[in-house]
Amino acid sequence: MRRHLNTIYVTSENAWLRKDGANIVVEVDGQERGRAPLHMIGGVVCFGRPGASPALMAACADAGIALSFLTPNGKFLARMEGLRTGNVLLRRTQYRMADDPARAVPIVRGIVTAKAANQRTVLRRALRDHGDRMEAAARATIETAEARLVHIARRAAAAQDVATLRGHEGEAALVYFGAFDAMIQGDRTAFSFRGRSRRPPLDRVNALLSFLYAMLGHDCRSALESVGFDPQVGFLHADRPGRASLSLDLMEELRPVLADRQALTLINRGQLKARDFAIDEGGAVSLTEDGRKAVLVAWQDRKKRDLRHPFLGETMPMGLVPHVQALLLSRHVRGDLDGYPPFIWK
Amino acid sequence: MLVTYDVNTQDAEGRRRLRRVARACLDYGQRVQNSVFECEVDPAQWTRLRAHLLAEINQSKDSLRFYRLGADGKRRIEHVGASPVIDLDGPLLF
Repeated sequence: MRRHLNTIYVTSENAWLRKDGANIVVEVDGQERGRAPLHMIGGVVCFGRPGASPALMAACADAGIALSFLTPNGKFLARMEGLRTGNVLLRRTQYRMADDPARAVPIVRGIVTAKAANQRTVLRRALRDHGDRMEAAARATIETAEARLVHIARRAAAAQDVATLRGHEGEAALVYFGAFDAMIQGDRTAFSFRGRSRRPPLDRVNALLSFLYAMLGHDCRSALESVGFDPQVGFLHADRPGRASLSLDLMEELRPVLADRQALTLINRGQLKARDFAIDEGGAVSLTEDGRKAVLVAWQDRKKRDLRHPFLGETMPMGLVPHVQALLLSRHVRGDLDGYPPFIWK
Repeated sequence: MLVTYDVNTQDAEGRRRLRRVARACLDYGQRVQNSVFECEVDPAQWTRLRAHLLAEINQSKDSLRFYRLGADGKRRIEHVGASPVIDLDGPLLF
């Protein structure tokens, strides 16, 4: 049986990775923080700018350990890899799976079902947090949307082809964004939502959502790259030049959890004000420099918050969820897992 | 696998053996106490580690003890007191 190899995540500032015998040693400010034998490690993911000694890089290359470097925000920078990793095999399998509906549909089904379920959780949490302060109409809108999302998730879980699933996904988005405005409790004159608008976003809520989706997109792409996938070949999203379809696939189930909920928190707590946005003559809305900073600080904080992963049953920072999902997807593509377990938020 | 050893360090040669035995164990596992190592190894790695250790020691002065913990070794171990050990199969975040 294939051994489950662990991944080391280095998030500390001033970290330095070195080799000692056959161990990977992580030092922070000259102090040893941890060590692990090379044979137990499958990958090292470094956030920020930790250094690694050439001896360690050589040892990782030799042992088939992928060493990835990401910015503190999670944007993919570089990956150092040896000769023996099964990357080409993983990518080949990924392409074949994407072309084979019998194998792609179960993955897409999981993604769409999980997305609808997570959207429903966002609605439920809004009711739990603000339900008693809401106007009756807003409450009713959310409750109706929640009930409809349950049905959509149920139908998606039984769908047999990708086109049907895309339909369910669209319907879920329509229902969910139809109720999104009702969840906004903060400054109602500045923040109101009348449906998704992109390229350019036409109101503040859309501008905020677009920015958060971009951040999440980076994280998902980095996660996929560090596992060894080709982020451009997706299962749910069709190939299009320049589009990271697989990142978009991976994002779907995580959008409500990581981005939408974050946007609502920022607005409802008043952490973002009308003046954090700029509106140009064409009506396009974007975040100002200060607004962007406020969002990024909140985003990084949120990624440090712990949650319990429903499939692994382990507590981990939210920011690791894209990496864990990418890893689980690669295990499925490689044949180590019978199915892809999508992330369902509880 | 649990590896423990007792190396006679009365002379410089013994201290050299001690260092080399410790380093071999560290390459394959984790030091949980002085001269006690937990090594998660597959059979091939174990054969290599064992041969390596046997070649290092002086059998008339030193001793090695190997404990096979088996597949559910984790559940057979209880740790009490200081210097907690990292679970190398758990999330590794530094």
